[in-house]
Amino acid sequence: MSLALGAEAPPFDLPGVDGSNHALSDYSEFPALAVVWSCNHCPYVQAWEGRMKQIQADYADRGFRLVAINSNDSQAYPEDSFEAMRERAQAQGFNFDYLQDEDQSIAGAYGPERTPEVFLFDGDRRLVYHGAIDDSREERAVTAHYLRDAIDAVLAGRAPGVADTMPVGCTIKWRS
Amino acid sequence: MYSCRIATLSGVDVEFLYWRGCPSHPEARQLLEEVLKGTAEIREREVETQAEAEALHFPGSPTIRVNGADVDPAGAEGRPSLSCRIYHLPDGRVSPVPSREMLEAALQ
Repeated sequence: MSLALGAEAPPFDLPGVDGSNHALSDYSEFPALAVVWSCNHCPYVQAWEGRMKQIQADYADRGFRLVAINSNDSQAYPEDSFEAMRERAQAQGFNFDYLQDEDQSIAGAYGPERTPEVFLFDGDRRLVYHGAIDDSREERAVTAHYLRDAIDAVLAGRAPGVADTMPVGCTIKWRS
Repeated sequence: MYSCRIATLSGVDVEFLYWRGCPSHPEARQLLEEVLKGTAEIREREVETQAEAEALHFPGSPTIRVNGADVDPAGAEGRPSLSCRIYHLPDGRVSPVPSREMLEAALQ
């Protein structure tokens, strides 16, 4: 079951493709934090990756950070191995941290079902928005910018007008 | 277990393989029907296990073959797996479904 709105962000401390570990507490200075379940092999993720980068770039100076976590079983899906993650982050020029949750324990704590799937937390690290980045994998067809609107609300000290949407994407590849 | 619907008209064999775990197959199926315009029926197979994916050389969902040839040959040799298939569109975008142009070219 997915983390409930208002719930506190479960802690994590995971290896990133930059060679360092990154913990939830490392982001404490940022009043808005998006934890996005992601991966390498999913076409839905790849369709949204550019928007993930753009959102990080647009809000970087306003106290926002995006962190992507890949929890997929890399034994069954070698495209999602840590080495492949490093290669993709470099090739795509990721401007956000990309972490591996190899034992899937963090996914178990947050409860994502899809990639990409967003959990946006406020400065108290309470969940204020959960779901999709926006309403279309086709960027030119987007009419509702859920994550951007939610970030704007958090940074303005308001609750997002839309707090929960249905993520569309690949399933999390759990270990059998 | 496969769910099959019976096959070919006009001498064209159109095979539509999908995995229920990827949400792209209804959109791809609709696009295929639009391109076919009723000129051929679709042989549909649901792939449910990794063993089936390997036996069918299924590189992801959906996979569409016309007379045995993949509509996107570049992706046909991908590792068999229960996953969403990546299609690279001519304009550089990535999509979980093939383009209309890919389907039309495969059916010519």
